Amino acid sequence: MLIVAGFFLASCAATKTEQGGDTDAASASASSSSGGEITAGTQEDLIVNVGDRVFFEFDSSELTVDAQATLDAQAAWLMQYPDTNITVEGHADERGTREYNLALGDKRAFSVYSYLAQAGIDTNRMEYVSWGKERPEVIGSDETAYSQNRRGVTLVSN
Amino acid sequence: MVLTPRFAPNKQLITYMEYKNNLPRVYIYNLKTGEREIVGDFPGMTFAPRFSPDSQSVVMSFSDPNNAANSEIYLMDLNTRSRSRLTNDSGIDTSPSFSPNGEKIVFNSDRGGSPQLFVMDKNGDNIKRISKGRGVYGNPVWSPRGDLIAFTKLTQGNFHIGVMDTNGNNERVIVKDFALESPAWSPNGRYLIFHRQKRSNLDGTGGEVTIHFIDITGYNERVIPTPRDGSDPAWSPLL
Repeated sequence: MLIVAGFFLASCAATKTEQGGDTDAASASASSSSGGEITAGTQEDLIVNVGDRVFFEFDSSELTVDAQATLDAQAAWLMQYPDTNITVEGHADERGTREYNLALGDKRAFSVYSYLAQAGIDTNRMEYVSWGKERPEVIGSDETAYSQNRRGVTLVSN
Repeated sequence: MVLTPRFAPNKQLITYMEYKNNLPRVYIYNLKTGEREIVGDFPGMTFAPRFSPDSQSVVMSFSDPNNAANSEIYLMDLNTRSRSRLTNDSGIDTSPSFSPNGEKIVFNSDRGGSPQLFVMDKNGDNIKRISKGRGVYGNPVWSPRGDLIAFTKLTQGNFHIGVMDTNGNNERVIVKDFALESPAWSPNGRYLIFHRQKRSNLDGTGGEVTIHFIDITGYNERVIPTPRDGSDPAWSPLL
């Protein structure tokens, strides 16, 4: 007897519909309000004036030189807005298994989290979570999409 | 979001991973009572769960924040609630799957540099790499007969689903495509189900995910119709 339970059938379909989640909503609001006032200390401010994300090489959770520069700027920004809390998301491209990519996403998120902690950000202000390959930023089955999906994203959570 | 549901071999239970309040953790769903229960109290992500053959334990991965969020394999006894750590390595260890006699566990690890398949004793001793071919291996699943291990392999731009002997010999590809994942065995060990994903396009089209069924000889592939995209199939034991 083959049983295909309804609640897990939604797992992949849901991924597509959930792409308007936190990350994308934040990105969209930043671009849609270009030219308008940006409130200091918000996600929009982080995206436009600092950079909310870093990128990783294939199958790696090491922070590149570019990534470290972005995180130095994020740390300075977080020092400037001490009431701001964040969640760091770790993501992977689609060319790995679901489970391996969950593990990889967690290592990536933790790399960002621990770098910011070493830069002096109180860990009580930070959380991290892996989304594996479940929430791609860019839809597409080529290296251009993959390279943008292998990312760590810093989200203002309050 | 719910991922990777798996049936217990001889109980009316399903184990799976779910994000609740942004916390990805392993749960158990009781098919009779409808109750859901978290498996263990872990301070980080738990995932990749599977039952032991006696359905008394769950083997899974835990990314410990006190271990640089590196995934190690743990065994949770569902009766005593005690947990034991089976792996200890700086690489990722995940996707554990018990042999049907409960003596061995096959798993996925990048401890050698790239993701490969390894077998260990049920207590974590005697870890041996079994995948021998080129490529990136994953998703190992021990057959219910005990004779084969199904897996995925990424090489030359394509995913392959295949089977190998439990020592890694006689690797044989059953199906090949751009994106294949999540092989699962039929209870009699003669068929695999898995999912295929089509290429995604920049305009948002493509990317459809469908569940398929195939004889391990490589013949008689069929689509299992699902109302929407379907992934991560699991085949129940004889109930």
